[in-house]
Amino acid sequence: MTFRARHLLGIEPLHPEEIRSILDLADTYADLNRRGAQAGKVLDGLTQINMFFEASTRTQASFELAGKRLGANVMNMGVQASSIKKGETLIDTALTLNAMRPDLLVVRHPHSGAANLLAEKVTCAVLNAGDGRHEHPTQALLDALTIRREKGRLHRLTVAICGDIAHSRVARSNILLLGKMENRIRLIAPPTLIPAGAADWGVEVHDDMAEGLKDADVVMMLRLQKERMDGAFIPSQREYYHRFGLDAEKLKAAKADAIVMHPGPMNRGVEIDGTLADDINRSVIQEQVEMGVAVRMAAMELLARNLRAAAGQEGTHV
Amino acid sequence: MTSAAGERGAGDARNPEGHHMSKLFTNARLIDPEAGRVMPGALLVEGGRIARLFDTPEPEGLQGAERLNCAGRFLAPGIVDIGVKVSEPGERHKESFRSAGQAAAAGGVTTMVTRPDTIPAIDSPEILEFVTRRANEAAPVRVRPMSALTKGRQGREMVEIGFMLDAGAVAFTDCDAVVEDTRVLGRCLSYARSLGALVIGHPQDPGLSRGAAATSGKFASLKGLPAVSPMAERMGLDRDLALVEMTGARYHADQITTARALPRLERAKAAGLDVSAGVSIHHLTLNEFDIGDYRTFFKVKPPLRAEDDRVAVVEAVASGLIDIISSMHTPQDEESKRLPFEEAASGAVALETLLPAALRLYHSGDMTLPQLFRALSLNPSKRLGLDTGRLAPGAPADLVLFDADAPFVLDRFKLRSKSKNTPFDGARLQGKVIGTWVGGVSVFGG
Repeated sequence: MTFRARHLLGIEPLHPEEIRSILDLADTYADLNRRGAQAGKVLDGLTQINMFFEASTRTQASFELAGKRLGANVMNMGVQASSIKKGETLIDTALTLNAMRPDLLVVRHPHSGAANLLAEKVTCAVLNAGDGRHEHPTQALLDALTIRREKGRLHRLTVAICGDIAHSRVARSNILLLGKMENRIRLIAPPTLIPAGAADWGVEVHDDMAEGLKDADVVMMLRLQKERMDGAFIPSQREYYHRFGLDAEKLKAAKADAIVMHPGPMNRGVEIDGTLADDINRSVIQEQVEMGVAVRMAAMELLARNLRAAAGQEGTHV
Repeated sequence: MTSAAGERGAGDARNPEGHHMSKLFTNARLIDPEAGRVMPGALLVEGGRIARLFDTPEPEGLQGAERLNCAGRFLAPGIVDIGVKVSEPGERHKESFRSAGQAAAAGGVTTMVTRPDTIPAIDSPEILEFVTRRANEAAPVRVRPMSALTKGRQGREMVEIGFMLDAGAVAFTDCDAVVEDTRVLGRCLSYARSLGALVIGHPQDPGLSRGAAATSGKFASLKGLPAVSPMAERMGLDRDLALVEMTGARYHADQITTARALPRLERAKAAGLDVSAGVSIHHLTLNEFDIGDYRTFFKVKPPLRAEDDRVAVVEAVASGLIDIISSMHTPQDEESKRLPFEEAASGAVALETLLPAALRLYHSGDMTLPQLFRALSLNPSKRLGLDTGRLAPGAPADLVLFDADAPFVLDRFKLRSKSKNTPFDGARLQGKVIGTWVGGVSVFGG
């Protein structure tokens, strides 16, 4: 079963086989990129618009690079700067861009469900690059690829996700993906940063690092937004670091070969110890960035393929 | 005070003969919410009021009366809908008295009790007079306006409760703007009590509910929506009830939608406080999962609840603990709904779907028809001191004739409301209004 959807809006609607097919293709691109070889120009002649309503250097750069490696014409729209300030709505901006006939629309937006809304209104393929605290599917896919390459499998692993889960789309997409692939998932955070009803997601919830990390194969750290101090989510950065920051000492509870992940950007000394983050024996943070490009190449290639198939059925040419 | 909008507002003003003609509704199934029964029979209307009930379907004699054969369908007291938002003044493009009135008539609603959360808020006798005049000109059904409780619904200064009562206000409410300052609310309740005015609250803890778009729990967390704990309703109700106990005021909670709040309501009633409670039709017939993939027509305030809560609240209406079902009709234009869920406006239109949606509860066996009309017609009338809502000799002939079984698929573009934001678009519903009469005068079908 290959990935047949028109859009990539989230992990939720994906079948495990679809996830596997995206990861398999991404795997080949990862090897290709690593060898410095040229990828086939499968997006040649296609237009990709990156529409970011929220600033993001790394994700946007990753999508841009992925598109360019496959031969797409890539255009970046810094939407926060322009039209939104002039009172244009999300839909209007999207319809304007849609009129320029792009093939792939990569969207990041501060509100949950924004990518779903866009997908209803435009004719091109929509790739969700993060919507509010809902989903960030390519991040979960790149995390999955990293884990699969490091651990040799993507099932029956114990994965601890630690930090601000309540406000994290990365956590949601990862929980969905790792759950679909039959892994054991543990959430570790102070109760103020655990979303309501998380216990019903088929995960274990811990507020103690030693317990939560016990025998973990993978430790995923999440970024703590500085704003969280204002809303009385946590008392202070230093208490947070003391109780929930990952360092070599706390990591001892996990398996000896456990890997450490972080979606970036990191707050060294807030959620993770700087030395540990740079430890090439434990940290796979750089590899995650590398896999990001490969996964986005794969996702865009598959979406473009589906786009062509759909157009072929309608008897037109993309 | 008795010369308020509704008395003059009905169609009878434009059709004075209506008053003098007598009408005999034959072969009907009469729903009597007061007696709690459905009786095959006939009903005679004279001078705009119900003159007599018959327990035979085709009474002999009465040659002068115009005969209307109901063909075995249900005849019930017209719906008295507390909490209708007509977007006049301020947003007439969303809904006017004419469009809302036509929607009401088509939905079997014979009295619209209108909300003051307009732009500007209805917080002075002058604005209330404007509303009353517009209502009389344009709406085919009775209109009873509510007044804001505080000026501009800002929660700081009390409106002129006495003058507003004189101008025809039937209740005082800041709608979904909770009066956060307990001292202000306490004083409003205290002052209202001295005039016998009814205060309607929106029980919701303002801190917990700030910015919320959904009810907290598994669904909202998965969808990444900012959410409020259902506990916020109980906390809001607890506070309001404590102030009611302190002041002795007459109080109505606009919407009780969670199981947790019910024991508090029960205890307050048992303690003899003058309290009542309502619930919107949406909270009785939909739950949080209906939101699905961010469907903004399902964004209402308070947000849709878990199924357990919905079931508990349906039971509370059946038992009478919750007194009133209302539409919470809230028109919103396409633009304000075509946004990401968090940013989209709250509210749904419901005047025309109130009865068919309520009949879902009848078809599912959760409620009998007299129970439904107790909550739709009788109780709201009683609570507001109106003489409508009954099938009794002497009561105004505000009537709805409906076929409880007729199935249809709702098309939102066929609604009479100017705004089409219904969560029931494309839904299969059962139950159609055949005719609506206000003061014995036909305002729809018939």
